[in-house]
Amino acid sequence: MSAEQNTEQEFTSVIKVRDLVTHYGTRQILNGISMEVRDGEIMVIMGGSGSGKSTLLRHLMALEAKTSGTMTILDQNIDDLSMQQMFDLRKKLGVAFQGGALFSSMTVGENVMLPLFEHTKLDRMTMDIMVRMKLEVVELGGFENLMPAELSGGMIKRAAFARACVMDPKILFCDEPSAGLDPAVASALDELILRLRDALGMSIVVVTHELDSAFKIADRMTVLDRGDILFIGTPEEIRNSPNERIQKILNREPDSDEVDVDVYLRRLTGEDMYGGAQL
Amino acid sequence: MSEIPPGLFTRTADNVGRKTITAVEEVGNGATLIFQSVFWLFMGRRYGQPVRAGSVVVQMMETGIYAIPILVLLNAAIGVMLAIQGIYTLKIFGAESRVTFGIAFAIVREFGPLITGILIAGRTGSSLAARLGTMRINQELDALHVMGINPVRFLVVPALVAMVIMVPLLTFLCDVVGLLAAGLYVQFTLDISLAAYFDQVVDVLSVGDLMHGLGKSILFGVLICIIGVVNGASVTGGAEGVGKVTTRSVVQAISAIVLTDMIFAYIATLG
Repeated sequence: MSAEQNTEQEFTSVIKVRDLVTHYGTRQILNGISMEVRDGEIMVIMGGSGSGKSTLLRHLMALEAKTSGTMTILDQNIDDLSMQQMFDLRKKLGVAFQGGALFSSMTVGENVMLPLFEHTKLDRMTMDIMVRMKLEVVELGGFENLMPAELSGGMIKRAAFARACVMDPKILFCDEPSAGLDPAVASALDELILRLRDALGMSIVVVTHELDSAFKIADRMTVLDRGDILFIGTPEEIRNSPNERIQKILNREPDSDEVDVDVYLRRLTGEDMYGGAQL
Repeated sequence: MSEIPPGLFTRTADNVGRKTITAVEEVGNGATLIFQSVFWLFMGRRYGQPVRAGSVVVQMMETGIYAIPILVLLNAAIGVMLAIQGIYTLKIFGAESRVTFGIAFAIVREFGPLITGILIAGRTGSSLAARLGTMRINQELDALHVMGINPVRFLVVPALVAMVIMVPLLTFLCDVVGLLAAGLYVQFTLDISLAAYFDQVVDVLSVGDLMHGLGKSILFGVLICIIGVVNGASVTGGAEGVGKVTTRSVVQAISAIVLTDMIFAYIATLG
């Protein structure tokens, strides 16, 4: 029995992606990605700008249409799901977006309550208690009546975590949780992610380009580069990887790709811009 | 053929082609949105996605109630203006006492629905486009999707239902205000009592005339909402993009209202 088969027997996967290919227009963004997220783990997806990590995250959240490949979330192939099954599946997912994505016309409390209000038949008092509990978990107790515009960047992200967790999801997605925050607040958010995993036992997928944060929270990491997976492994395995490109990412070295002179000149002269109108 | 340099003709043809495709795409998006809205309005409960009455009421307040003061003011002014111009014109023929005919038809069939539509397009249509554009940029629409909340059901249907209910009601109110303001001017200028003026108005107008105006206003409400949503949902480029789609939605909605009004009036008066 191979090592890979052994691994598959030991862990239950909550997300399985096989040969995922996706395009924006004619540009291929992901070139046949295969990966899995295991039950109860924090999987960090990292890579440089334009590596496809945000696109991959949007696919994992079933927000984008793929070109080819298969994706299974919580043992359900998303291609086979009816509209109702998709709604039911989404109730088991939570997302904390990069900018929080709180609804600006609602208070913090109403934002956190929205999934409960839409998907449960709980009475108002129970919902209020649950909202206060979740806000306490993210250390925002007493802020439920404030509007999102009255919160700081870090508080908005924490409120977004509270909303993402209010339905006790099986999988939590976090898009750049510590981007744009000062180190102390970013570190507090990392602690929050670890606490959520430990307390609520959820699987967490984090997309980040913050190396310190990634190594602090990750159980396993997926390193993307130009739409391909460079490496999947534990933080230790990645640190010790002999792969040159991984080491460049870890050492924060700028990408020094060779430029295709013909493509560059065509772009400068604007030849590419009118290509669509030519026969 | 790819060796042909991008000259003026190529670029113009390219621009026309792209804009045509965009326009067709937007009309298609609008039609799809209407279909989806009707679907979620009637089938939402079956999928656990009911349209909340509370959301519709909030939108009705926003679309209708808060717009009443400015609508009353504008329609009173239009009524007086029509009376002034009507009396001035008919005086040439010594027929100024027949001004009621012109006022009644003009307000109920044209100006009531038109002014209401234009004002709601500027006020509510623009805010709808700006709101949806901002939500899209802030990933709030994505957040709704991921939470298992259909954005059309949650955001568009309440606004559409509110428009379909409130725009005709506002139009009726505007008809009354316009006629009353014109009547007061006529009473003051021609010494015709308000009661006699309204007797003439009721004699002149038929239920068909009233329905003509109200029917148009329902269509205007749908157009304003769909144009606002399609523009808002297609925003790109941050805050500047939101500004652009907001302006675009107002221009498109007012153009659509005026053109629809013309077509509606032509069809309704055939034969």
